[in-house]
Amino acid sequence: MIEEFDTPGVMKAMFSVAKRDLLLAWKRPGDVLNPLFFFAMVATLFPLAVGPSNEQLEFSGPGVLWTAALLATLLSLNSLFVTDFEDGSLDQMLVSSVPLPALVLGKSIAHWLTSGLPLVLISPIVAITFRMPFSVTGVLMLTLLLGTVSLSMLGSIGAALTVGLHRATALLSLLILPLSMPVLIFGARTVSLVASGDIVAGGLYFLAAYAVLVVSLAPFATAAALRISNE
Amino acid sequence: MWKFIHKLASPPHFYSLAPKLVPWLTVPGLLLIAYGVYAGLFLAPADYQQGDAFRIIYIHVPSAYLSMMAYMIMAVSAAIGLIWRIKLSHAVAAAAAPLGAWFTFLALATGSIWGRPMWGTWWEWGDPRLTSELIMLFVYFGYMALRAAIDDTAKADKASAVLALVGAVNVPIIHFSVEWWSSLHQGATLLRKDGPAMDPAMLYPLLAMILAFTFLFGALLMRRVRTEVLFRERRTRWVKEMVLSARGRS
Repeated sequence: MIEEFDTPGVMKAMFSVAKRDLLLAWKRPGDVLNPLFFFAMVATLFPLAVGPSNEQLEFSGPGVLWTAALLATLLSLNSLFVTDFEDGSLDQMLVSSVPLPALVLGKSIAHWLTSGLPLVLISPIVAITFRMPFSVTGVLMLTLLLGTVSLSMLGSIGAALTVGLHRATALLSLLILPLSMPVLIFGARTVSLVASGDIVAGGLYFLAAYAVLVVSLAPFATAAALRISNE
Repeated sequence: MWKFIHKLASPPHFYSLAPKLVPWLTVPGLLLIAYGVYAGLFLAPADYQQGDAFRIIYIHVPSAYLSMMAYMIMAVSAAIGLIWRIKLSHAVAAAAAPLGAWFTFLALATGSIWGRPMWGTWWEWGDPRLTSELIMLFVYFGYMALRAAIDDTAKADKASAVLALVGAVNVPIIHFSVEWWSSLHQGATLLRKDGPAMDPAMLYPLLAMILAFTFLFGALLMRRVRTEVLFRERRTRWVKEMVLSARGRS
């Protein structure tokens, strides 16, 4: 029985980390809601700044929504490892017998469920204010669904590199924004292409392929970065 | 073999070796740049479409090439430093980053100056190479900012090495996606299957300039790595002994 206690299965450990983070998010709903309000606010700023004309809103809608989603994800990434770092649970993960990339993946899954997925779910409401037709809104949700997975995973590398540093917020943006450019380009362009009646399969395939790439590689980079940050 | 590499990569050995290498890089670099500048400005004929404005390629193309080359050097030495824990290669990565950022800036600035008469605008978002070069500049900035934010050198080395490697996987994807996004820039002239599509009188100065820039980059890198090594080893005995013996001589 002791053996079983010492070495839990990799999958079990991963999901218990994810479950713990989800529970923490449930107890502190502000951490989940604030990025969502931020998303809605940024999307509100654009029509106020560029004017309310319908053609302009329809034209800029996909780009604005995608930019807002990218910034909101970035905002939520700041706290990914910080509380674990402060209360010492990060040290426990580092010394655990379970491979660190698996635990990191568990945290990323929880992060996506509490930041990416809610963004996907509220995006149609914001999209309506940009006069986006329903058929296009479906594609928007699909691109956000695939894109936010990549952003969560990429962002975890940046969060791991900057954990424990002062001035981490601005640094995290500087590290992650250039790397997330492909997601933004393909996400926003796919939606604008479908809005102008073009085909979209290529963009969606790219987003899916990119998501697969980062889901399989990023946990290892994040784990390496966490070990370096906590030496 | 390993012993040889370790001796080569030991900081004191490199410190005394670098000054011997620098002239071998500087002199050919200066000679080539003299030929390249003269031939590029006076011998090469004016382009039938672009007139004399095309001559900026003699700065632009070598800079753009080195902006990529410097990143490759940075990422490869970061990987070597991370895997085999060779201190010198971390110093190389640290020294290559600002150089790469400057060449990226130079490529952007000359591209923009060329764009003014050619496209009628200083900046063209529709051009994929300008845009991906700009993102490249931000990647360099991120790398240098991460290094600057971590006080402990050994930790900064490893953390920035991870970033450089993640960037190395991403840079080609960024380049490809920006290209797909839109295309206005003229196609590649130099690297084509059926040989360069360029008059030899225009081509030779360009090749000379690329070679010259590479040599001078190597010389600058050597000098920067030497300074970096001296700074990193400032508390070690060999530096102390060197400084003391130099003082004794004067």
